[in-house]
Amino acid sequence: MAPDINPLVILFASIFTGNILLTNFLGMCSFISISKDMKSANGLGLAVTVVLTITTAINWAMMRYILIPLDLMVYRYIVFIIVIAATVQMLEMIIDRVSPALYMSLGIFLPLITVNCAILGVALFMQIRNYDFFQTLAFGFGSGLGWWLAILALAAIQKKVARAPVPAGLKGPGITLITIGFMALAFVGFSGMLNVQ
Amino acid sequence: MGLFIAPLAIAGIAGVLAALIVVVDMVANNYGEVTIDINNGKKEMTVRGGASLLVTLSSEGLYLPSACGGRGSCGACKCKVTSDVGPHLPTETPYMSPQELKDNIRLACQVKVKADIGIEIPEDLFNVKQFIATVKSIKDVTYDIKEVLFDLGDETVDFEAGKYIQLVIPPYNKIKGSTQRAYSMSSRPANRKQIEVLVRLVPGGIATTYVHEHLKEGQKMDLIGPFGEFRRTRSDSIMLCVAGGSGMAPFKSMLYDMLDTGELNREVWYFFGARTTKDMFYMDEMKVLEEKLPNFHFVPALSEPQEGDGWKGPTGLITDVLDTYLKENINSEEKILEGYLCGSPGMIGACNKVMNDNGVTQDNVYYDKFA
Repeated sequence: MAPDINPLVILFASIFTGNILLTNFLGMCSFISISKDMKSANGLGLAVTVVLTITTAINWAMMRYILIPLDLMVYRYIVFIIVIAATVQMLEMIIDRVSPALYMSLGIFLPLITVNCAILGVALFMQIRNYDFFQTLAFGFGSGLGWWLAILALAAIQKKVARAPVPAGLKGPGITLITIGFMALAFVGFSGMLNVQ
Repeated sequence: MGLFIAPLAIAGIAGVLAALIVVVDMVANNYGEVTIDINNGKKEMTVRGGASLLVTLSSEGLYLPSACGGRGSCGACKCKVTSDVGPHLPTETPYMSPQELKDNIRLACQVKVKADIGIEIPEDLFNVKQFIATVKSIKDVTYDIKEVLFDLGDETVDFEAGKYIQLVIPPYNKIKGSTQRAYSMSSRPANRKQIEVLVRLVPGGIATTYVHEHLKEGQKMDLIGPFGEFRRTRSDSIMLCVAGGSGMAPFKSMLYDMLDTGELNREVWYFFGARTTKDMFYMDEMKVLEEKLPNFHFVPALSEPQEGDGWKGPTGLITDVLDTYLKENINSEEKILEGYLCGSPGMIGACNKVMNDNGVTQDNVYYDKFA
């Protein structure tokens, strides 16, 4: 049975209190490597949001109508991953066709996302928490927005850090990880407001 | 029964998704017929859209240089695009100077042909041909360098000494899809019926492994070319050539070309670096050339001479030998010095520095970098 939570609450929770990146630390590799300037961070954030929303919804349908009836839940990792990979591939081709401008800002990041663990993570959480379709949509979209917000915030902070006197040994990924740690603390502070699992 | 459901269902899901991708590819990637305008109306071709500019042009018999075969890793397939194909991709910008970005110079392998497009390319690319050549002979010139001679049959090739040709390596063993690699031509330009290249075995190299282990005499192979900007100036300046190993190729071609075209008195110094006597080759040819070209000096040097190999020539790194000769043996008071370098990026950088330190200006250093 799906938990009795309003999808809007899930949306809010997945952006702030249960941010997939800052509370579960998923999707770190691209988060750290692409957060050097705002423009790329924006493109990647948008791409993650689009892909998360679409693939989580498709994976929910896959699970509900194929995996559960056939008693194949043990194979969910494989199925989720191939759905994600195929969806990203098709999205890339369609965006390239429909909007070259959008392709420039978003399309080039799509191949990076196939292997982003936040995407698989959200699909698995959706399954563990037994969300229904609208809850899943809200969760996928909200997690994407949360990831976007986090990378944008990190890119903005990195701009300041670039001019700060960072000790030599901490330059690069070192100070970035410390920064992310502080950000995570701040976001966890929200969790007193509402705690959704 | 339960045993079969799992593999069937998973395979079914994967199959449906793959079919979907194929359908989307057919629908979304189908751009219909588009027109490519080359050099403002000089040539026009109607092609099917959807592939990269490089691939589209070569399917029409127009070959832009490409050392990496379209992976966006060599930066050789630059061409100017006069119509709007969107901003530069992040995969292109590393190869572009600010001026090139302004002029909308693009990498043809990264630009997709989606609509009518206008491009500008150097006129001499129209001379680039695809040859179906026959391997006439394969000789070992050292333990790891082979000299491969191709017969062009009824075709002829016109090239300036220093240019390169691309070998089209067919799929073999585990290498799927054909690969193209560039090799400087070592044959004399006067011989228009044949092309010779020197191929050094690079462990794990797709093309070099093929040439060394699979290519047989009498076999057919596709060659595309000639390409390249590496050539000697037509002046009486002193040429300082540096190359080791298979980097000998363009200089062999140039020296024979000087012999053939009567450029007999030009002062040329060729510094040939090798580790041991095992890496030395063409010593007799060079001796003959030294006799016929009175101002040609061949300077082979060993960096690791072995005891008992009877080596009496200069020893040490080729950069040190070059430095010594520039300071002590080469008199450049009246003439301009020009550097000609062929080899790995590291070797070129080091020799370039020695030349600059000894008064060879950067404008006068030409090089042919191994991609």
